Amino acid sequence: MQLEDYAEVAGRDVIEELRVLAEYVKGRRLQNINSTPVGGGVAEILTRLVPLLRELGIETTWDVIKGDETFFNVTKAFHNALHGVPEEITEEMLECYRQTTEQNLREVPITGDVVFIHDPQPAGLIAARNGAGARWVWRCHIDVSSPEPRVWEFLRPLVERYDAAIFSMPGFAQKLPVPQFMVAPSIDPLSAKNRELEPRQVSAVFEKYHIDPGRPVLTQISRFDRLKDPLGVIAAYRMVKRRHDCQLVLAGGGASDDPEGEQVLREVQEAAAGDPDIHVLLLPPFSDLEINALVRGSTIVLQKSIKEGFGLTVSEALWKKKPVIGGAVGGIRLQVIHGVTGFLVHSPEGAAMRAAQLLADSELRRRMGENGYLHVKQNFLLTRHVKDYMLVMLALEHPGEDIVSLGAPPWS
Amino acid sequence: MAAPAQRLQASGPQAHTEPFLFYTERRLVELTGLRARSLAELVAILRQVPGSSIFYHTHHLFLSHHFEKPVVYNEFALWAGEALQEQVLAEKLAAIDLREFTSIRQLRQAILAVVEQHLRRPGVEQRAAPPGDEFHFCKSKSFVMPTGMVAHDVREFFALLPQVTNISFYFHFLEARLRLERPTNDFSQWLSWRGETALAAAIDALDPYTRTLDELKADLLALGRRHGYG
Repeated sequence: MQLEDYAEVAGRDVIEELRVLAEYVKGRRLQNINSTPVGGGVAEILTRLVPLLRELGIETTWDVIKGDETFFNVTKAFHNALHGVPEEITEEMLECYRQTTEQNLREVPITGDVVFIHDPQPAGLIAARNGAGARWVWRCHIDVSSPEPRVWEFLRPLVERYDAAIFSMPGFAQKLPVPQFMVAPSIDPLSAKNRELEPRQVSAVFEKYHIDPGRPVLTQISRFDRLKDPLGVIAAYRMVKRRHDCQLVLAGGGASDDPEGEQVLREVQEAAAGDPDIHVLLLPPFSDLEINALVRGSTIVLQKSIKEGFGLTVSEALWKKKPVIGGAVGGIRLQVIHGVTGFLVHSPEGAAMRAAQLLADSELRRRMGENGYLHVKQNFLLTRHVKDYMLVMLALEHPGEDIVSLGAPPWS
Repeated sequence: MAAPAQRLQASGPQAHTEPFLFYTERRLVELTGLRARSLAELVAILRQVPGSSIFYHTHHLFLSHHFEKPVVYNEFALWAGEALQEQVLAEKLAAIDLREFTSIRQLRQAILAVVEQHLRRPGVEQRAAPPGDEFHFCKSKSFVMPTGMVAHDVREFFALLPQVTNISFYFHFLEARLRLERPTNDFSQWLSWRGETALAAAIDALDPYTRTLDELKADLLALGRRHGYG
């Protein structure tokens, strides 16, 4: 994809704005370092961001650290603990992290004028920082609002050596001696998961999964995870079903490497047993087009999480003009404007009441759908992410200034 | 630290005979890591946060897209009402007339005075915001740049005004006055230098805090027409 391709969906003015801003940071080298080239939200966003930043004249590169299975088990435990999930973090695990960091310090050359280190796995590379060279930014994509103290106390001294940190929401910020910027995540409107589809593509997917396109469909797209409350969604659906003939789709990715995920999936399948109108779909990797079609064919989308990092599935649904009923947690609260783009709820009963309200009012669904699309267009598209990264690069060159006079662009 | 106005001499009206240069800005939200759960914590943090945070929480909603015209832009008032259910305090905070202040220092004192007076009322309970509803203090880092639009005289100024973006309008009308501690908005300042003192005063008298930016721009154009421009 090229920048020009985004003009039609994001707006011509947005693209022009990016080009103007780029004039101020052109020629800088931006190096991104994370822990995986594929899979997961960070890799997904970098795959899209890197070419756009390059097209804007910023010499953007992307390196990936290496680690063995033990290291990634350790960083998975870090990840959970930073989310506030109790994990036993041993000295042995910390030592594994240090050793893998040492190895990567020898193997990953630092080439950027600005270095973005994504998430905790490569955070230790800050040891490569030398004097007045590159500016270093720790880009944290996860919810660290209430981290387990042992892991945060291990990471904090590393983060404090950076020039700045980036978090996705105000609530994720920490008391740190370095500037912290907010950059919300984004969706790519042109990806397989979000681009426009032909009606026949939607019909084909509905047919494949035996979903009746003639009756309302409530859908939740998420991993089979207790924190996404799939059983609560089924409970809500059963309450709605007494008043409206409808169907429920619970669709999510594979859980083969996640024993708890398999257990939750079994519980969901048991709860759904005997009702042909509940479709529990375990989708294989690379099912983005099918997910797109399932959402586009739905009447209402739910994201009834009990705890959530950001929950970009909400923006993905709003972009498709679907009203969303979301749990009032985490980033869902930034995306679902209660009564405007959908409803925030606190219980299966609340979700059922709002679903019944929406099913009975097509005009309300239409209006919320339009509002949701506009809300995402203005706040959660990839183009805004590109702009924010350029502003962070500029901010690093003007530390301590609240108002920065950039003067005329260099080309004027 | 040098006053921002000194560093920003290049923006806004230059001098009595100079043309009006329209500037615009882009903003990056900066997080302070400070959060308040109660009014006591709010007061303690209000005393120490940078002025740019006070400005952010009383002004940034002007630039957000609104599906319905907001009644209140002051986020301290919104938080008191929604998270703490302190409706009396919310109304008092919302009633602070931002036009009365020409510096953020004064505005900070006014907000503190209202909250502290509320806390001294007999029988006021100290409520805590529910988890997830804490007040997170942010501020914005603004990057100001020229738009390339230049008005050489008043007629040209009003001819260009419809093309001025909301964020450019916001910078000259709201931000320059309070954040850069200028005596009035940039438009009124420049028009008075051009001898249009009555028009400048009429624009200065507009209440920006009850209007959207689109409405304000329409108000300015209407005032211009009334004075023979456009």
